[in-house]
Amino acid sequence: MPADLRLLDDDERSLVGLVREFCDREARPQSHDFESKEQDPAPLYRQLAELGITGIPFPEEHGGAGQSYSTYLLVIEELAHAYLSLAIGLSVHTLCAFAVNQFGTDAQKKEVLARLTTGEWFGAYSLSEPGSGSDAAALSTKAARSNGGYSLNGGKVFCTRGAEADVVLMMARTGPEGARGITAFLLEKATPGFNGAKKEDKMGWRSSPTWSLTLDDVEVPDSRRLGDEGIGFKIALASLDSGRLGIAACGIGLAQAALDATLAFTTDREQFGRPVAANEGVQFMLADMATGIEAGRRLYRHAARLRDAGEDYSLQAAQAKLFCTDVAMKVTTDAVQLHGGYGYITEYPVERFMREAKGLQIVEGTNQIQRYVIGRRLTGA
Amino acid sequence: MNIVVCVKHIPDPNIPGELEGGRLKRSGVQGVLDPGDEFGVETGLQLKEAHGGEVTLVSMGPPTAMEAIRRGLSMGADKGLLVSDDALQGACALVTARVLAAAIKKSGPFDLVIAGVESTDGYTGTMPSTLAELLDVPQVTFVKRLDSADGTIRADRQTAEGYQVVESPLPALITVTAGVNSPRYASFKGIMAAKKKPVDNLSIGDLGLSSEEVTSMQQIASVGSAEARKAGEVIEDDGTGAQRVAEFLKEAKVI
Ligand SMILES: Cc1cc2nc3c(=O)[nH]c(=O)nc-3n(C[C@H](O)[C@H](O)[C@H](O)COP(=O)(O)OP(=O)(O)OC[C@H]3O[C@@H](n4cnc5c(N)ncnc54)[C@H](O)[C@@H]3O)c2cc1C
Repeated sequence: MPADLRLLDDDERSLVGLVREFCDREARPQSHDFESKEQDPAPLYRQLAELGITGIPFPEEHGGAGQSYSTYLLVIEELAHAYLSLAIGLSVHTLCAFAVNQFGTDAQKKEVLARLTTGEWFGAYSLSEPGSGSDAAALSTKAARSNGGYSLNGGKVFCTRGAEADVVLMMARTGPEGARGITAFLLEKATPGFNGAKKEDKMGWRSSPTWSLTLDDVEVPDSRRLGDEGIGFKIALASLDSGRLGIAACGIGLAQAALDATLAFTTDREQFGRPVAANEGVQFMLADMATGIEAGRRLYRHAARLRDAGEDYSLQAAQAKLFCTDVAMKVTTDAVQLHGGYGYITEYPVERFMREAKGLQIVEGTNQIQRYVIGRRLTGA
Repeated sequence: MNIVVCVKHIPDPNIPGELEGGRLKRSGVQGVLDPGDEFGVETGLQLKEAHGGEVTLVSMGPPTAMEAIRRGLSMGADKGLLVSDDALQGACALVTARVLAAAIKKSGPFDLVIAGVESTDGYTGTMPSTLAELLDVPQVTFVKRLDSADGTIRADRQTAEGYQVVESPLPALITVTAGVNSPRYASFKGIMAAKKKPVDNLSIGDLGLSSEEVTSMQQIASVGSAEARKAGEVIEDDGTGAQRVAEFLKEAKVI
């Protein structure tokens, strides 16, 4: 049962129609192959660009489609329903483009944003380091003044599509310890000294490459510093507020895919002379799965509407990320359970969905960190 | 180059069709641009990209057929023309050709008319040839590859044995096969832009056709299911299996 489209406007419905067609014909049929070969689906990213959906929530004057963030999230949910790693890639790309749109100079918008929105370039986001994950403000990659620009030295971990992306939003330290000493840079692929050192072997998202990056005397001109010195952490967090909604939408798309697969399986599979789904015990599990998904969908869409209305939405973004990805974990786990032994073998997709859901609870702030954000907002601490 | 592409809105071929009074049920059924016509639209767009000009989509059908035109417009066609009239319900291939010919003449001078080889719902395959006659232009059917230069077209025409290379002056009509190209997806911007593209809505009165001209000559006597495919012959290998398969193939004149 696909997501309810009844209350969408015409533009949104045609956009979802376009994305569904692409998912049915291209993304879903190819997902298994790319995942099992651990191959980045570069041709599918090119098609996303051709479809004109690499810059949905950005201004038309910079090559975007001038649509709301809510509309963009519909696309993410649809993609995640078909192929999670691809949706993650678009979400990370949008994280980078968001920062350029929000904090970039006119020249940066012309040179970088316009390439990102049209999909000529894809973007990545690099905050995490070996010594700083949840405590991201403790990062130690250095950016020192040199030759009228900056020289970057250090190492990053866990950068999604870090070596595939054409430009990486890179956070590095230009000042003292703490959040205020961090500056953001737009680092282009193939800049000398900037390398993908190691591609991680992962539990899931296997066709979404996760890189350790090394920076050895990487020269970055002033023109590629994003925002003033010292506001890099603010930029990183603002991007994450937006990005969390993308991860929430990924969780709902993935959970919906798991539910759909489970409904198909349990109505078809017969035991004791009747379909498995005819048992009340099974129906109650299906009911909880469907209800969690729908509640999560309302939660992230509500947060997105606050964002579109220019309201503060970081509390709701944290709640949506937490709730939707926990729903995804629960629903995919139950999906495996309701498939019985068939859920545990790779011939059926649900074991993959379960592995994929785990990643969503960890990235862009672990779900512990989301609770920490929510708690702080509630108590003013 | 002014190109006209004939497009048809048909019940989604991925959903099993239902009959209604001896005809395919159309109302209340999810419709799509005939997948075969996507190749025609793509051919038109490629010619326009190479030679300039305009691509006009022409369709006959109920008001919902506008969806098929919008789809083609969002792929990149420039304008559309839909002939819609209650009197045309259940029109046969000849009436359809008359209506489309009148609509194409009304839309202005053209260099090339493109249609699919046959529709994915009716499969008569006679409409395009009739249309070429009514427009009084040469026709090249079963085109699987197409070049155009200096007022002529050169086409590879699919045959049972291989293909013929055919040249024709313009204006002309061609029908394209499913192998001729790979139709592009509509883009999101294309969908948005399509809403602002001009589409004419015409009735038979607007085309100056008389009621005799639009009366179907064809009667559907009966409709039946195709004979179910018979189960194949299973050869169990008792040591002579290979030989028996070879004999079977020889009998079928395959080897
Ligand atoms: C597949 C994948 C892709 C990723 N992509 C990117 C990317 O593109 N860009 C990027 O910058 N990063 C990326 N990351 C990194 C991700 O954001 C971090 O892994 C995450 O923020 C957690 O940091 P950590 O791994 O260092 O865990 P740690 O911070 O070491 O956490 C370990 C455990 O301690 C808990 N914990 C830590 N602090 C607290 C606290 N104060 N209170 C309660 N519990 C706490 C955590 O919740 C966790 O359970 C990616 C990670 C993965 C796995």
